[in-house]
Amino acid sequence: MTTAAPIAVHLHAARLSYGGAVVFEDLDLDLPAGRITCLLGPSGVGKTSLLRLVAGLTDNDSGGGGGGTELPGTAADQGGRAVQGRVAYMAQQDLLLPWASVLGNVLLGPRLRGEHRDPDIVERARDLIAQVGLKGREAELPSRLSGGMRQRVALARTLAEDRPIVLMDEPFSALDAITRFALQELAANLLAERTVLLVTHDPLEALRLGHRIHVMSGSPARLETALDVDDGRTELPAPPRDPADADILARQADLLKRLARARDTMAELT
Amino acid sequence: MNLLRGPLIFLGLLAAWQALVSLTGVESFILPAPFAVAKALAARWDLLAEHAGVTILEILLGLAFGSLLGAASALLIAAFRPARDWLLPVLVVSQAVPVFALAPLLVLWFGYGLASKVVMATLIIYFPVTAAFYDGLKRTDPGWLDLARTMGGGRLAVLRVIRIPAALPALASGLRVATAVAPIGAVVGEWVGSSAGLGYLMLHANARLQIDLMFAALFVLAVFAVLLYFAVDRALRLALPWQAEQS
Repeated sequence: MTTAAPIAVHLHAARLSYGGAVVFEDLDLDLPAGRITCLLGPSGVGKTSLLRLVAGLTDNDSGGGGGGTELPGTAADQGGRAVQGRVAYMAQQDLLLPWASVLGNVLLGPRLRGEHRDPDIVERARDLIAQVGLKGREAELPSRLSGGMRQRVALARTLAEDRPIVLMDEPFSALDAITRFALQELAANLLAERTVLLVTHDPLEALRLGHRIHVMSGSPARLETALDVDDGRTELPAPPRDPADADILARQADLLKRLARARDTMAELT
Repeated sequence: MNLLRGPLIFLGLLAAWQALVSLTGVESFILPAPFAVAKALAARWDLLAEHAGVTILEILLGLAFGSLLGAASALLIAAFRPARDWLLPVLVVSQAVPVFALAPLLVLWFGYGLASKVVMATLIIYFPVTAAFYDGLKRTDPGWLDLARTMGGGRLAVLRVIRIPAALPALASGLRVATAVAPIGAVVGEWVGSSAGLGYLMLHANARLQIDLMFAALFVLAVFAVLLYFAVDRALRLALPWQAEQS
C-alpha cells in the first residue's frame, strides 16, 4: 500500500503540564512498525495531547487556554530521527474545506506543497476517492455529502499524504453506529502496513482495529497495555475483527471495566 | 408575497407622505407632495441623469479603490508580522479622526472635481473592508492550520490555499458595509465643494427653494444606493456559493 517501508516510533520521557498541573511526565510510548496502536482513556486524561505531541503539533496551541502548555519530548524513529514530516493526521472533525471539491480536498497536501499539477498525484487521489467508495463525486462540494461520506473524504485525504505514520484522533466518533462500523472496516484495510496511532473512547473500536491497546489513566497519566497481539500469548485474527466474536465481546467487557476504574480515579483526583 | 412586499412598503410610504402633506397643509417649499416630486423628476430628468452619472462614478470608483486598498492592507497585516506590529495601531488610531471632518481638506488638496469625492469615498470604505477581512484572516479554523502543518505547507501557501478562501465570507461582509456607506462619502464630498453631482444639485436646488427638485435628486440617489446594494449582495452570494450552505 505505502511506498515507504513501515517505521516504528518511540516517544521517550514525554511531559505535559497545563496551567501548573502535570498531565503526564516521563511517559514512554512505542508505536510498532506497521501496526495499529490504540489509545483509550477517560476524557481529559491527555490522549489528544499525546497524539499532538507525536504529530509535532505542540507549539501551535493557538488559543492556548490559560497558562503555559509545555510539551518536551520528541517522537523519533528507530534511527533516532524525528518523525515530523512523515506523519499524516486525521481529526474528529473532517476538516474539509467547504469551498473545495472532494478532489480538491483530497489534494490539499499536494496543493500546499505545489505538487497538485503532477498527473500521477492527481491519478492517485482519484484512485483513493474510488477506494473510499466515492467514485463519481469528485467534483462535489462537501456540503452535498453526508457526515459519513465527508469522513471518507477525510480518510482519502489522509491516505493521499502517503506517509508511513498515521495519527487519528477519534476519527469516527461523530458518526452513527452503522456508518462508523463500515468506516472502521475500510480504514483497517486501507491503513494496513502503516504505523498508526488511533485515539478513541470506544473500546469496541479499539478491539476491532488495534494490534496493541493502551489504556491511559491517572494524573499524572500512565499507560497500561491492555492488548498486544505480538506478546506471544494473544491469539486474535487480523483487523478488522468481527465485533460479534465471543472473545472480542469478553475483552470489550473487560476494557469497559478498566475504563470505568480509570474514570473514577480521575474523578477522585479532581 | 415576498416579491410584493417591497413595492407594497414603497406605496405605503408614498401614501403616508401624501397624507401628511394633505392633512397638515404644509407649504410645498417645506415638504412637496409626492406627485410634485414625480413631476420634477420627469421634467428635469436630463439634469438629474447628468448629475447622477457623476455621483455614481464617484461611488463606484471609491468602492473599487477602497475595497482593493482595504483587502491589500488586510493581507499585508495578516501575512507579515512587522506590518501588523507597525500598521495596525496606526490604522486603529486613524479611525478616531472623523472622516467627514477631512472633507474640506480633501477638497483643498484634490480640487472641486471627481478626485476629492473618490478619495472621500475610498477613505470611508477602507476601514470596514480592512477590519472585516483581517478579522476573517485571523480566525482560520485551528484544525485546518494543524492539518496544513502536518502536510508541510509553507506560510504563504497556507495563506493562499486555506486562510484567504476561509476569510472571503468576512471580506464579503466588509464589502456589503462598504457598499452601504460609499454613497455617503461621495455626497458629503459634493456638499463641501463641487461643480457637479447629486449632492451639488441638492445644495443648489435648496438654495433656490426648488424643494421638489431636491427631493427628486434624493430619490434618484436612494434608488441607486438600494440597487447597488442588492447587486453587490447578489454578486457576493454567487461568488461564494459554499458559504450559504455551510452555516
